[in-house]
Amino acid sequence: MGNRTFALVVVAVVGVGFLTTRLGVNQYYYFAGYVILQYIVLATAWNILGGYTGYVNFGTAGFFALGAYTSVVLIKSAGAPLVVLLIAAGFVTGLLGLGIGYLTLRLRGVFFSIATLALAVVLETVAINSEYVGGARGITISRPARSLLFGSYVEFLFAVMLLLALLAIAVAWWIETSWIGRGLAAIRDNEEAAECMGVPTLRLKLVATTVSGSLMGIAGAPFPYYVTFVDPLSTFDLNYAVNSLAMPMVGGTTTWIGPVIGAVLLATAQQVATVTISSELNLLIVGVVLVGFVILAPEGLLGLVRRVRGR
Amino acid sequence: MVALDLLWNAVIAGILLGGFYAAVSLGISIAFGLLDVVNIAHPVFVVLGSYAAYVTNTAFGLDPIVAGVLFTPVFYLIGVVVYRVYYVSFEKKGQESLRGLVFFFGLLFIIEVGLTLKYGVDYRLVEARYIGENLRVGPVSVALRLLVPFLVAVLLTLGIHLYFSKTFLGRAIKAVSQDSLALRLMGADPVKIKDVAFGIAIATASLAGALLIMIGPVEPSMNRAYIGRVFAIAVLGGMGSIGGTLVAGLILGVVESLTSTFYGPSWSVAVSFGVLLLALAVRPAGLFGR
Amino acid sequence: MAGALLEVEGLTKRFGGFTALNRVSLHVKAGERFGLIGPNGSGKTTLINCISGTLRSEGGTILFTGHDITGMPAHQRTRLGIVRTFQIPKPFASMTVLGNLRIPIEYAAHRHGADAVANAMEILELMGLAAKAHVTAAALTQIEMRKLELARALAAKPKLLVADEAMAGLSSGEVDDILTILFRLNERGITIIMIEHIMRAVMRFSERIVVLDAGDRIAEGTPDEIVKNPAVEKAYLGE
Repeated sequence: MGNRTFALVVVAVVGVGFLTTRLGVNQYYYFAGYVILQYIVLATAWNILGGYTGYVNFGTAGFFALGAYTSVVLIKSAGAPLVVLLIAAGFVTGLLGLGIGYLTLRLRGVFFSIATLALAVVLETVAINSEYVGGARGITISRPARSLLFGSYVEFLFAVMLLLALLAIAVAWWIETSWIGRGLAAIRDNEEAAECMGVPTLRLKLVATTVSGSLMGIAGAPFPYYVTFVDPLSTFDLNYAVNSLAMPMVGGTTTWIGPVIGAVLLATAQQVATVTISSELNLLIVGVVLVGFVILAPEGLLGLVRRVRGR
Repeated sequence: MVALDLLWNAVIAGILLGGFYAAVSLGISIAFGLLDVVNIAHPVFVVLGSYAAYVTNTAFGLDPIVAGVLFTPVFYLIGVVVYRVYYVSFEKKGQESLRGLVFFFGLLFIIEVGLTLKYGVDYRLVEARYIGENLRVGPVSVALRLLVPFLVAVLLTLGIHLYFSKTFLGRAIKAVSQDSLALRLMGADPVKIKDVAFGIAIATASLAGALLIMIGPVEPSMNRAYIGRVFAIAVLGGMGSIGGTLVAGLILGVVESLTSTFYGPSWSVAVSFGVLLLALAVRPAGLFGR
Repeated sequence: MAGALLEVEGLTKRFGGFTALNRVSLHVKAGERFGLIGPNGSGKTTLINCISGTLRSEGGTILFTGHDITGMPAHQRTRLGIVRTFQIPKPFASMTVLGNLRIPIEYAAHRHGADAVANAMEILELMGLAAKAHVTAAALTQIEMRKLELARALAAKPKLLVADEAMAGLSSGEVDDILTILFRLNERGITIIMIEHIMRAVMRFSERIVVLDAGDRIAEGTPDEIVKNPAVEKAYLGE
């Protein structure tokens, strides 16, 4: 997809998105839509490091929650506006990504993955022990009643998340089609060969980890306003990790479209399922879907389409 | 003098806990250290073992250790099946680093959520005659719920070590980790041997799980706190060295216990993470590694 | 040594208790065709890995065009002009043949856009792979993959090309094919170190040869001298 076409699509989507907020639709759709858009960001962010570069991050929850808690701290201490929350969350989690990358990316990929898993557990422990953000009991954040351009604040949050989703997709698309993306693909295909062909593998991996982590944190920044009650148990939920992994797996990991497809499909399905069946069973199904896809269709739906087309 | 007492108790508790940690890590030392299979789901299999012990304890009043031993063949079979799926889907195709890892993560998730669905998030525990009691050894009071698992853990570790050094199959397993071509030339099928090895790795989870629920109450998400621990121990212990696993387990147990005593119990998870990073940064081959 | 492109002095590499390279030294002159031989396990690939930067050596120095590169990461050495191929080809399997070449062109030779694509096609023509430019690398035959290894190396603009057993497992005709390519590259001014087991290829190609055995350098000389060297015979055939 060329630059021009892409930009036009973005404008169109933004336009449609904003228009729906004028329609006076049932508030529930904004709540549900927010979640779906949030997962588009998380899945896209995960895929920059996972699908493009070949390094599996199991700690999405850690980055997401760090973004959310950064917001909590800034809301509580300074009543900071949303823009500041987004930037701060992105900065802090970007730094975390850089840090964990620097510590573990010179080793085998599996150690990076294990470290991300352990990291999430450690961050959760820190949150539980931090009285300032409510500790294990959690903290209540009051959501503003209205916002400038929109009816309810939730509609505003929906619009913000829409912009963030587009931002994430734009970043992923840009990386994918640039020389950076080609370098990341070389690392994924054969890291040793990439290094010997002049690709600065460590540096590129750090870029991917930082960008990926940063986007995950940015997705978490508006979260306190959305849920109004932030506690470690639910904010660090393992679902974030499983979903941000399953969605690219289901959609396809090699391009930016895969995570979007996977996120829309799985997130929508889960929103529907949570209402109709128990939320735990719903999660179990995601786990089974993940394992099923990684065994039977590791290239995702896009991969299946490609195979059917005979390419 | 109070501090010395506290210190002494912390060290003893650390050693006892550390022995147990080593038993939990045996499965990783085998799977990851010898077979290069990154089974991050191993701790959740241990938790599964805990629940098996819990169910038989509540239903039949069965002693957890007996339950742990009884379920070992079941876990062995599960291990063989899991390895077969892993081998056919990933290892054979060379995709084990990305997809194999995702596979085990999915497995982890399914088992954890499955347990939560069946038993809820409440803590479960077992009842046995000796669990609540203490043993006085001089100035130190040792809880039996720590001492008994420690002793069983050491026996288990010893047993595994003897198996790998004395039996033909055990030595074949050690050999396959070094040179599967040579093994094939000798007429042995490396995949079948790895089947057995991985089966043994998961089998240890049965007894380890029984020990876990003896030490304290268990709930499904506990498995995640152990992931950092078992890999820290496996790396520190030298990836496949059973003796190294025990020593590394003891070290981690003591460091955690001291941290817990002087800085609070919730930081013990961070300790294993720190140890893992340190071990990886300084000595990727571990203390006893090749 | 004056005029030496590559100077390896006293290079040592250990793996735990095993010494793979024991104070190995060699000098390669600019434009030379250099052969590196030795029985299996003698340390040839380890030496190449140390020179290319894939492995860190434990002792000794490596100088390239007079610069000390001993501590330099591999990708920087590639940019300086040391390019190696792999014994077992390591193509970027998800990319096309053209895509494979784009990586070194963009990252080692720093050319982008249409210029890069043109350069890539040029190299593929030279290698006889132009027809396969848009084929996925994973679908190539053995000999095509080896040609791709060399094409990729060439795309990185090497001053020194290290060909690690580029002919292993090929038929006689295919060996000649690769040999011709290597001669042609040398005519363009590229210094080449050839590691090979196929003796007729090494003897025909090399101007000078160094022989390794169990981590030690045991002989150096022209192909004729090496053939007559008793230490070399012993290393290969035993006592």
